[in-house]
Amino acid sequence: MNKKELLSLTAAGCAAALAAGTVTSVELTQTYLDAIEERDGEIGAYLTVAKELALSSAAASDGRRAAGKPLSALDGVPYAMKDNVCTQGVRTTCASRMLENFVPPYSATIYQKLNAAGCVMLGKVNMDEFAMGSSTETSYFKKTRNPVNTARVPGGSSGGSAAAVAAQLAAFAIGTDTGGSIRQPASFCGVVGMKPTYGRVSRFGVVAFASSLDQVGPLTRTVEDSALVLNILAGQDPLDASSLPHAVPDYAKSARPASLAGLKIGLPEEYFGPGIEESTRKAVLHTAELLKAQGAVVERCSLPLADYALPTYYIISSAEACSNLGRYDGIKYGHRTKEARTLDEIVTRSRSEGFGDEVKRRILLGTFTLSSGYYDAYYKKAQQARTLIMQDYAKAFEQFDCLLTPVSPCTAWEFGRMSDDPLEMYAADICTVSVNVAGLCALSLPCGADEQGLPIGAQLIGRPLAEETLYRVGAALEAARKEA
Amino acid sequence: MEFETVIGLEVHAELSTQSKIYCTCSTAFGASENTHICPVCTGMPGVLPALNKSVVEYCVKAGLALNCKINQYSRQDRKHYFYPDLPKAFQTSQYDLPLCYDGYLDIDVPEGDPLDGKAQKSTYRKRFGITRIHIEEDAGKLLHGAGSTRIDYNRCGVPLIEIVTEPDFRTAGEVHAFLTMLRSILIYAGVSNCRMEEGSMRCDVNLSLRPGPDAPFGTRTETKNIASMSATVRAIEYERKRQKKVLEKGGVITQDTMRWDDERGLNYAMRSKEDAHDYFYFPEPDIMPIEVDDEWLGRIKASLPELPNARRERYMADYGLPAYDAGFLTGERALAEYFDDAVAAGAPPKSASNWLMSDFARLTNEHSLTWDALPLSPEDLAKCIALVESGKISRTSGSKILDAVFSGDTRTPDELVAALGLAQVSDEGAIRAMCEEVVANNPKPVADFKAGKEKALTSLVGQVMKASKGKANPALVNKLLRELLA
Repeated sequence: MNKKELLSLTAAGCAAALAAGTVTSVELTQTYLDAIEERDGEIGAYLTVAKELALSSAAASDGRRAAGKPLSALDGVPYAMKDNVCTQGVRTTCASRMLENFVPPYSATIYQKLNAAGCVMLGKVNMDEFAMGSSTETSYFKKTRNPVNTARVPGGSSGGSAAAVAAQLAAFAIGTDTGGSIRQPASFCGVVGMKPTYGRVSRFGVVAFASSLDQVGPLTRTVEDSALVLNILAGQDPLDASSLPHAVPDYAKSARPASLAGLKIGLPEEYFGPGIEESTRKAVLHTAELLKAQGAVVERCSLPLADYALPTYYIISSAEACSNLGRYDGIKYGHRTKEARTLDEIVTRSRSEGFGDEVKRRILLGTFTLSSGYYDAYYKKAQQARTLIMQDYAKAFEQFDCLLTPVSPCTAWEFGRMSDDPLEMYAADICTVSVNVAGLCALSLPCGADEQGLPIGAQLIGRPLAEETLYRVGAALEAARKEA
Repeated sequence: MEFETVIGLEVHAELSTQSKIYCTCSTAFGASENTHICPVCTGMPGVLPALNKSVVEYCVKAGLALNCKINQYSRQDRKHYFYPDLPKAFQTSQYDLPLCYDGYLDIDVPEGDPLDGKAQKSTYRKRFGITRIHIEEDAGKLLHGAGSTRIDYNRCGVPLIEIVTEPDFRTAGEVHAFLTMLRSILIYAGVSNCRMEEGSMRCDVNLSLRPGPDAPFGTRTETKNIASMSATVRAIEYERKRQKKVLEKGGVITQDTMRWDDERGLNYAMRSKEDAHDYFYFPEPDIMPIEVDDEWLGRIKASLPELPNARRERYMADYGLPAYDAGFLTGERALAEYFDDAVAAGAPPKSASNWLMSDFARLTNEHSLTWDALPLSPEDLAKCIALVESGKISRTSGSKILDAVFSGDTRTPDELVAALGLAQVSDEGAIRAMCEEVVANNPKPVADFKAGKEKALTSLVGQVMKASKGKANPALVNKLLRELLA
């Protein structure tokens, strides 16, 4: 296979080629490293390329394969890791000046799992600073461009992950999703993004933004790839008390195209209102028709509390963020100011210099909502609203196996268009945040393009631990679109 | 002017668990700096806490021992502040749902100055309310050097319980008696070793004055950094007098946090209410709510040992021991268990108590030994007592055996009796011969005794004992002399 063919392989395709011996992991990895060197200057997905580490992992993988002992289906397949996942010995910055030179002394559980499966980490990819943002523009280091149209943002916060997959600079990528940070960039870049159920994947070693909302998941070229990667990531971790004890099924089994007969899919009307761009609305409704054609029953439904999800999300996430980011004080690791005489000055100036505006904005919001005197009016209220939003969904899931909505009200925007108006940027999260607030799983799938050729994403929302249902619907949709 | 002193306490005790509250690092005291640390307890980016279940058990144990109600559904909260010894910039604690609440302790409070060293005092019984007990983590330690400050994170994440009392104390004596009993109970329950000198038990004192028992509470101060039981008494006396002086001059007490300097014997304000922290408490999202179901609670209850008060009552009721003896023996769990074992091995309770209060108290002090590290087994103590009470050796010889064993002699009491020649002569013929000789050689005391002077017999007994080199059985000597002089 030539380089172009190798780069166009899905993760499952890479696995097949490696298994057939048509390519070695070292060749595959070197091909990706070359591609990164040639093209990432324009895309800007990678913050750190772990060249030597990747090649030595690839060589080890080839050794195992030669010995007939591959570690998993994806042994030897190269991927990109979002830069908020701690990787022992490899710089982990969270795209922040605060952690510019931070090399973790330990590895996240998911990095250990990917290593144990033999996957080859090519490097660490760009993101919004501490995952706060929807365009990867809040990164301290650089812009990441949307491979579909480089004048556009890739979405965020896992913009580097989505761009790396879309630009064929990694076979798959790992992202994190606190309010849409996997699904929205996947949608903007035209790839598949899975936000698993809260607790399905360990958060240990994933730098926390909002503890009760954060979740790790794969960004891939196909539904099947997504399932293969989730097979590796999912499972209970004794180091993460919020991780769920439920057995992990073989997700790949559900990610095969099959009839959707017997499935009921809901279209919550609140997600198709006036704020949604017409081309997006049309594409998602067309998706509904495709699903019907596969045998699913699709009906309109209502989530009356949908409007409350956005304020609830921003109160809870900012409160948790302000708490989680307190540890960056310039004392133990990370950025320390050069001009300080007292302890107070070290802390205040290190934080003032180390954090960007968006991070500071969230810290201030969180500090305000947790202040004594305001706690009841904001944080406590938000927690009560959260319970009601969960009930809202639970009611819908009594009738439907999953829900179909847009991922984003609009397609990828031009650089700078939203960065002056944080409220407008926050509003763009309207379709994704409630999934995190309610702890559900959701899959973002390409479902068309707008007039400018920019990808549109459809979101399938499932009840807790219904990832298999989402993969089943996703695989059917993928197949239907290919035929159409 | 006369004032009533009102005191409430916040006691922190480090739990005796093997590992820290959220990671598996050791809690051992005294290790080299930063050797008992990991990414979790040093708050590295991305780490999560994994709650050590025994911390919950230890806290519930403490709660049960202090007559608390148990919140079977409780949770942890984050308490935020910036300080280099707190690597996460929040302390994981409990805010509105502590594990234990609404308990009490009944104490026999000795009258008078707790530090005057007098052993036996009259007491009055008083109940002190316990508001709550919750779990939290300890912080690290700043090491200030010349021109630089370093941080030791070894203590970071060591589990603590905080015990908050009602403002029920009126004197330093009450506080002293309470802390003594509290310490004893926590050690009994195996919850904490309560070594104030290692910082494993610390006490903050909230103190205010008011004109009389019916007046509303005055403004209080909180005194921190009290590192010993006696320092608590000194700090309370100092703060009471300081506030009294201010009030007598018509001044106002401000709600300050004070720091006690025991070396200089004074208090100074660390911060005032104006710069009181807002701790931004909120429920810890990384730790699931703590549910102590009936089954778990039952197991914890069953694991509690007999506590000092119950034991004290038992010693008085079952063994007929005086209150003072019972109080002494139950002061420490190891001592009480030693006593129980000696009694179980056949020692008469009052004799065992006497030996422990006299010889043992002296010897543990001389050899700086704790009650859990005695060189003589309880069975051997019972043996010694039996040797004395059967007349085989004298009580003095009994002490000699203890002296030898505490000095490192590993031979058994029987071997020591033989080796040191301590066996009493109880051969009636031999002793009668000695008695006859003494009677013959001491006409004056003999005459005195016959004239009715009972005391004269003591001198004759002494002569016989001397002649036997202390080995004659004194009771037998007494009996034979009386026969000879009858």
